[in-house]
Amino acid sequence: RGRPDEQALTFRRSKMTTSFTKMLSGRNTAMLLASLGAGTMATAYLMTDSNTVSAEQRRKLYPPSADFPDLRKHNNCMAHALTPAIYAKLRDKVTPNNWTLDQCIQTGVDNPGHPFIKTVGMVAGDEESYEVFADIFDPVIKDRHNGYDPRTMKHPTDLDASKITNGVFDEKYVLSSRVRTGRSIRGLSLPPCCSRSERREVERVAVQALAGLKGDLAGRYYSLGDMTEKEQQQLIDDHFLFDKPVSPLLTCAFMARDWPDGRGIWHNNEKTFLIWINEEDHTRVISMEKGGNMKRVFERFCRGLQQVEKLIKERGWEFMWNEHLGYILTCPSNLGTGLRAGVHVKLPNLSRDNRFGKILENLRLQKRGTGGVDTAATGDTFDISNNDRLGKSEVELVQLVIDGVNYLIECEKKLERGQDIKVPAPIGQFRK
Amino acid sequence: MPFGNTHNALKMKFTSSEEYPDLSKHNNHMAKVLTPAIYERLRSKQTPSGFTLDDVIQTGVDNPGHPFIMTVGCVAGDEETYEVFKELLDPIIMDRHGGYKPTDKHKTDLNPANLKGGDDLDPNYVLSSRVRTGRSIRGFCLPPHCSRGERRAVEKMSVEALDSLSGDLKGKYYALKNMTDAEQQQLIDDHFLFDKPVSPLLLASGMARDWPDGRGIWHNDTKTFLVWVNEEDHLRVISMQKGGNMKEVFNRFCTGLKKIETLFKEKGTSFMWNEHLGYVLTCPSNLGTGLRAGVHVKIPNMSKHAKFEEVLKRLRLQKRGTGGVDTAAVGGTFDISNADRLGFSEVELVQMVVDGVKLLIEMEKKLEKGQSIDDLMPAQK
Repeated sequence: RGRPDEQALTFRRSKMTTSFTKMLSGRNTAMLLASLGAGTMATAYLMTDSNTVSAEQRRKLYPPSADFPDLRKHNNCMAHALTPAIYAKLRDKVTPNNWTLDQCIQTGVDNPGHPFIKTVGMVAGDEESYEVFADIFDPVIKDRHNGYDPRTMKHPTDLDASKITNGVFDEKYVLSSRVRTGRSIRGLSLPPCCSRSERREVERVAVQALAGLKGDLAGRYYSLGDMTEKEQQQLIDDHFLFDKPVSPLLTCAFMARDWPDGRGIWHNNEKTFLIWINEEDHTRVISMEKGGNMKRVFERFCRGLQQVEKLIKERGWEFMWNEHLGYILTCPSNLGTGLRAGVHVKLPNLSRDNRFGKILENLRLQKRGTGGVDTAATGDTFDISNNDRLGKSEVELVQLVIDGVNYLIECEKKLERGQDIKVPAPIGQFRK
Repeated sequence: MPFGNTHNALKMKFTSSEEYPDLSKHNNHMAKVLTPAIYERLRSKQTPSGFTLDDVIQTGVDNPGHPFIMTVGCVAGDEETYEVFKELLDPIIMDRHGGYKPTDKHKTDLNPANLKGGDDLDPNYVLSSRVRTGRSIRGFCLPPHCSRGERRAVEKMSVEALDSLSGDLKGKYYALKNMTDAEQQQLIDDHFLFDKPVSPLLLASGMARDWPDGRGIWHNDTKTFLVWVNEEDHLRVISMQKGGNMKEVFNRFCTGLKKIETLFKEKGTSFMWNEHLGYVLTCPSNLGTGLRAGVHVKIPNMSKHAKFEEVLKRLRLQKRGTGGVDTAAVGGTFDISNADRLGFSEVELVQMVVDGVKLLIEMEKKLEKGQSIDDLMPAQK
């Protein structure tokens, strides 16, 4: 069968020799032994010499090659992009918040793959992660976002909902419409990395800002740890309640620490504007309603976001954003707009047509089960939303979903009438 | 976490009370001992390898309680954890280990000749006998904190030592990530295979990172001596067999352990051990001997008796389901083992199990005949 372990260890041992040779001057016998390729036995001897091993010593005793993860069975963006050379270059770096490469990639090491989607396999611990570990984040971003190059390209932000056209769907087909995104508070580390006090600070900043919303946006906050049973049941019935993550993609990224401390749900009285606090991102912002009025959903979305931004700025805070990556979020898949605009739509005929997948692909749409990303579609109702997040603005993406869903509905109607449908030409990637 | 030290210095810009965890709904040893004052004094410290107070307590913060047992709620990342954070860990150790004081000394006794009897537990009642413990290799960080390089080094060193065992201890190593389907099925059928932890107690402390890298199972050809590598501890060592000959199980256990220790010493390292805490392991509950000696025993009548719990308490024994610590007992078959780990030697603990199980069987027999067990009630050990 071949013994890859032995081969790899021999390789590592010879690498250790090279490192140790450089440390030979003025060292003791144990170091000498290690440098001669005596390997881990002698290394252990060195460490029992003085029982304590500092982090600094460990860095030297374990060159990056000793720590390089085994990604042979892995199928995620990180595993495809990470090389021993990149790992060696980045392993000993830390962000200003002391966040490391190993911490970024742990979720991708622990989760080789996902049944329905190609996962990203890494997270940011703070805004600076994307810069300090750019050598791995950049190729991952390129892979995930259709070749988008953060070094050279700029991301457009556009939250002007008045530009939207044809944004009201046929409610015979569209059951509900929803737009979500995330926002991070600059200066505080992200959910994988944050300490309890940082997380509580995020909660404070967000809740204080939300308390200033008025009119149709006025609402209230429910802290996960403090809510009554009755409140909890109501939130479950409304399908608003988020629970402690069970997905290993999230738990392996340290996002569930200290649950439910600092977590909560805010929603307006009309239950059409909802904020999740300290789940997978600092904040997740959701606008939704039953029926097909996506234009109104997006209009409220933009208005709410802009007002929240104004309110936090009044207190000296701002969102994490830059011109290359757009809005900075925990998962690289959500960079740019962080936006997923989608509908629950009934497509019994179209979904059975073998061109369905291709049509979606060309329209740059994805389908999910109505339970969300980790579910398969059952029956004839699908969650249809945009594939892309980065490289196109919010307005562009929502328009793309509107035009695309309208096209799907037209296809469905045609098939109902026994007419044939056409696969549309593929939509271009980034704006020219 | 290896290398980065979870931004210990940066947390210091927030006050201690801003960082203090909410333990109001918690019921574990850590939550009972930790106070804002202790947190304040310890939060700026870290071990030489960078393990911090928050690393120690994270599992206890994330897991308020357990349905069947009072959990410890903290772990060590390295040998020095027990020294650097002794202000927190000493009272937890005292709580968990029956009043064991910071000045107490722990006695190690792995001489099986000192065990009296134990070769005659009634096989009509005792289905199997087992002794397990753990060992940590000095100089390497423990499972919550080790890097991949360290974990692999522990694996390599352990496998080299185990491969040189001979006689009835001769065996073979199965790396979790390399085993064939056939090997895996055999290990499952033998009830040897350990899988990626699902218990949130372990997951929250970082012990499942990089699974299955560096993990594996070694067992001897006769399948009576088994070593787990890099699961919850560096090594878990298990001696077991069907039936009630606990003496034989313990003999093999001691022989095997001593041989392994000798092999490690020849290679210039040793197990983590000191005269106060005995063998040092990841979870404070396993300090001292790290020893759990137990049997699967059929005691349907006894287990329904009103005094069952009281008897166990007096005998210093505990019950579990036959699936292990996170299970409830099914039918009348229980896993009965010693409750203590620290402050008693290995021989003393196995003796308690041997004597205690004998008594439980006597009581079971009486209850079968409809007789009373009142005159058999033991004194508190």
